[in-house]
Amino acid sequence: MLSNAEILRDPSSLGPRERMAIAVQDMPCQEPAIRATNMEEVALGYSEEQARLEAARCLQCKTAPCIAGCPVGIDIPGFLAETVVGRYAEAAAIIRLTNLLPAICGRVCPQEVQCQAPCTLGKALKSVDKAVQIGRLERFVADREREAIAGGAVVAAVSLAPATGKRVAVVGSGPAGLTVAADVRRAGHEVVIFEAFQKVGGVMVYGIPEFRLPKAIVREEAAKLEAMGVRFELNTLVGRTRPLQALLDEEGFDAVFVGVGAGLPKFMNIPGEILVGVFSANEYLTRANLMKAWDRQKAATPLYPSQRVAVLGGGNVAMDAARMALRLGAAEVHVLYRRTRAEMPARAEEVGHAMEEGIQFQFLTNPVEIYGNGEGRVAGVVAQAYQLGEPDESGRRRPVAIPGSERKQDFDTVIVALGNESNPLLAKTTPGLKVDKWSHILVDGEQRTSMDRIWAGGDIVLGAATVILAMGEGRRAAVSINRFLAG
Amino acid sequence: MFTITGKRQLSAEVYRIEVEAPLIARQRQAGQFVIVQTDIEWGERIPLTIADADPAAGTISLIFQTVGASTHRLADLAVGSGIPAVLGPLGNPTHIDKFGKVVCVGGGIGVAPMHPIAQALKRAGNHVTIIIGARNRELIIMEEEMGTIADDLIVVTDDGSYGRKALVTEPLKELCQMDPKPDLVVAIGPPIMMKFCAETTRPFGVHTLASLNTIMIDGTGMCGGCRVEVAGATKFVCVDGPEFDAHLVDWNSMMSRLRAYKSAEDSAHAAVHAEGGCRLDQVVADLKKGGL
Ligand SMILES: Cc1cc2nc3c(=O)[nH]c(=O)nc-3n(C[C@H](O)[C@H](O)[C@H](O)COP(=O)(O)OP(=O)(O)OC[C@H]3O[C@@H](n4cnc5c(N)ncnc54)[C@H](O)[C@@H]3O)c2cc1C
Ligand SMILES: Cc1cc2nc3c(=O)[nH]c(=O)nc-3n(C[C@H](O)[C@H](O)[C@H](O)COP(=O)(O)OP(=O)(O)OC[C@H]3O[C@@H](n4cnc5c(N)ncnc54)[C@H](O)[C@@H]3O)c2cc1C
Ligand code: SF4
Ligand code: SF4
Ligand code: FES
Repeated sequence: MLSNAEILRDPSSLGPRERMAIAVQDMPCQEPAIRATNMEEVALGYSEEQARLEAARCLQCKTAPCIAGCPVGIDIPGFLAETVVGRYAEAAAIIRLTNLLPAICGRVCPQEVQCQAPCTLGKALKSVDKAVQIGRLERFVADREREAIAGGAVVAAVSLAPATGKRVAVVGSGPAGLTVAADVRRAGHEVVIFEAFQKVGGVMVYGIPEFRLPKAIVREEAAKLEAMGVRFELNTLVGRTRPLQALLDEEGFDAVFVGVGAGLPKFMNIPGEILVGVFSANEYLTRANLMKAWDRQKAATPLYPSQRVAVLGGGNVAMDAARMALRLGAAEVHVLYRRTRAEMPARAEEVGHAMEEGIQFQFLTNPVEIYGNGEGRVAGVVAQAYQLGEPDESGRRRPVAIPGSERKQDFDTVIVALGNESNPLLAKTTPGLKVDKWSHILVDGEQRTSMDRIWAGGDIVLGAATVILAMGEGRRAAVSINRFLAG
Repeated sequence: MFTITGKRQLSAEVYRIEVEAPLIARQRQAGQFVIVQTDIEWGERIPLTIADADPAAGTISLIFQTVGASTHRLADLAVGSGIPAVLGPLGNPTHIDKFGKVVCVGGGIGVAPMHPIAQALKRAGNHVTIIIGARNRELIIMEEEMGTIADDLIVVTDDGSYGRKALVTEPLKELCQMDPKPDLVVAIGPPIMMKFCAETTRPFGVHTLASLNTIMIDGTGMCGGCRVEVAGATKFVCVDGPEFDAHLVDWNSMMSRLRAYKSAEDSAHAAVHAEGGCRLDQVVADLKKGGL
């Protein structure tokens, strides 16, 4: 076994066997008992030594299957090769060629099903957990760059093509919209982003909590766009404040990108969902994140006083709601999920963190009714037990209810965290915009909608997906928009 | 920033402000509302109906009652200062048509949201009877404006300090008993008033609309906090409403949802008091001195 110092002295000389022998670097985290009482980020980030050791694990495969696993195709071995020798600015520059928001993706991408899933090292060591920790390294490199900028380092300004006089409107400031804005602005076009909320970032500010994604990072990204000359018009609901078509017909925009996100909370449609104390995760998290209701002293937005909380669902949204409830003072938080841990769509790391923090998981459990206390408030949930049956279309084994297994459990709060569907508002107010039966906007291979000069991408097209997929769609739309405007 | 260009106190607890919001002033239709925030970082997002608009001047009028922390903060803003966030126009516009005989019932602050609707119904050629009700004389607002719209104006107070001593449901019932009975009733006010208006018109089979004032956050259909049960189905007031068939609304669950944060809000209100920022205290003191 080589010592860490030996590994880092001349990493390029390491053979595959030596690389494979380096242990996976664990992510340093706040202690579970402490972090469950604060809003600060849970994962603290690699030290420099850890980062270089982790990067040294990469086998620099010729075929680099990891790249195909990344929806935006980052040159992963390329940035890892720079990282291992401590050339972080160069590593960041490689990532930025394809990914506009590395500090965010490094934190929130479901790496175990994306870049890290096909990693040769993970395959060789027979566990995806032992793959090169690409996301953590991406975060490390991006954070280094952020620190350098905060410390006054001058990074080369993004080069902008000469002004074309063409104007592009971007509707929605989530990852899809921000990506389009950057790519279109670089081509020399004027860009205005319209956002319904009072802050920029979409789900990254109202949904994903501070303890997982510090809002300062989102603010920095918005500031970079502003420095590039992108303008933000907040408090503007396109479809209401301005009709979509009017952006083209009356306000002189040459092209429009629609990235309005999913933004329609799913409910279970079981009895009792109207009771006081039943929340969509969107409402619960928006109160806490965007409205900062967790600060009882300063925030005007009230929070519901919850002691025993049931969270329904098994995705990222459910994990965020459950862990938020804990931080807001609930004594007990239970996650009720229809399938088992193996089928949970949440990022593996978040499930692990939630378990460490004391969230209780009831698998193979599905609520059939929420009951009240006689005064219109939640008193508990009737849940049915399930078992796993045959695989369904998604390949996951279908949960099947066990008759007669209904059981009552007392809760004062129920958070419905089944994810989101497409918000129909824009389609409803825009005749001619073709959508499918779930209100997803229909687009072609270049993200063009059924309407002339209007593109769309992100969750409004994909249904609730991920930050990086939304960005990928934004990239594709921007290429098409830039080509159209050049033609 | 959305600049406040005018401000007037209409009654003890009610203020009218003019706010610069040219796009909203141009787009808005009767029945729509805005979401207002007095502080981007820490403020609450509260819905207020667009009581009137001047597209030429680019302003909208908001009329609000100081009931809690956020409305008090809004009342504290002076002419020339700005509201950092105003989002709108939200909600579906009122369906305006020539119905024939229409009765508009406005209770308390509900008279303000009723104003543009009554105006539009009148313009569409309806015979419009307006009933204004309040607890007492001090709380009657916009009597003059409503008077200029109404074919008949009926003013009632609970305590008889002004107009007829009655609840709004009394004249409403009499109108329903007349021949021809009204073709449409629109009721806006406290939920309990809307509920009883619905009960009053139900036996007569008179179509009745109510504009619901549920608690909201985004106002765009994203959170579901504003949901109500209408005819057994869940509806989002901000995008499916705010107006619904009053005979089909589950009023009891709506009212209990409005009380969801009762204790939390009382303490927020207390905090405003502690800052010495509560206008209401001053107003009440003035009233006692006979200053109003
Ligand atoms: C709680 C939660 C946790 C998540 N966790 C993860 C995670 O860990 N990893 C991951 O990859 N993904 C996660 N996701 C999913 C991810 O956040 C989304 O897939 C992604 O944000 C979609 O990006 P978008 O740009 O399409 O839209 P959004 O981020 O939804 O942004 C859309 C924006 O458009 C605005 N808007 C909507 N309508 C209008 C209009 N008419 N006019 C103007 N503006 C409008 C909205 O206010 C919003 O700001 C999570 C989602 C949620 C809800
Ligand atoms: C579509 C719509 C249009 C509205 N239009 C107007 C208007 O034109 N003028 C006006 O004065 N008010 C209007 N309201 C009500 C207004 O939004 C509330 O009075 C306001 O949110 C209270 O905020 P606060 O912080 O001052 O009081 P809070 O401290 O939040 O509440 C004080 C008290 O009011 C109750 N309350 C809270 N929210 C509401 C609510 N949405 N409606 C009724 N009671 C509530 C609370 O339970 C509490 O008892 C409207 C509401 C909706 C949904
Ligand atoms: S963007 Fe996401 S998927 Fe791509 S390399 Fe980074 S963490 Fe992996
Ligand atoms: S697949 Fe894994 S080991 Fe191979 S280049 Fe990519 S990150 Fe490195
Ligand atoms: S206010 Fe959020 S959905 Fe209506």
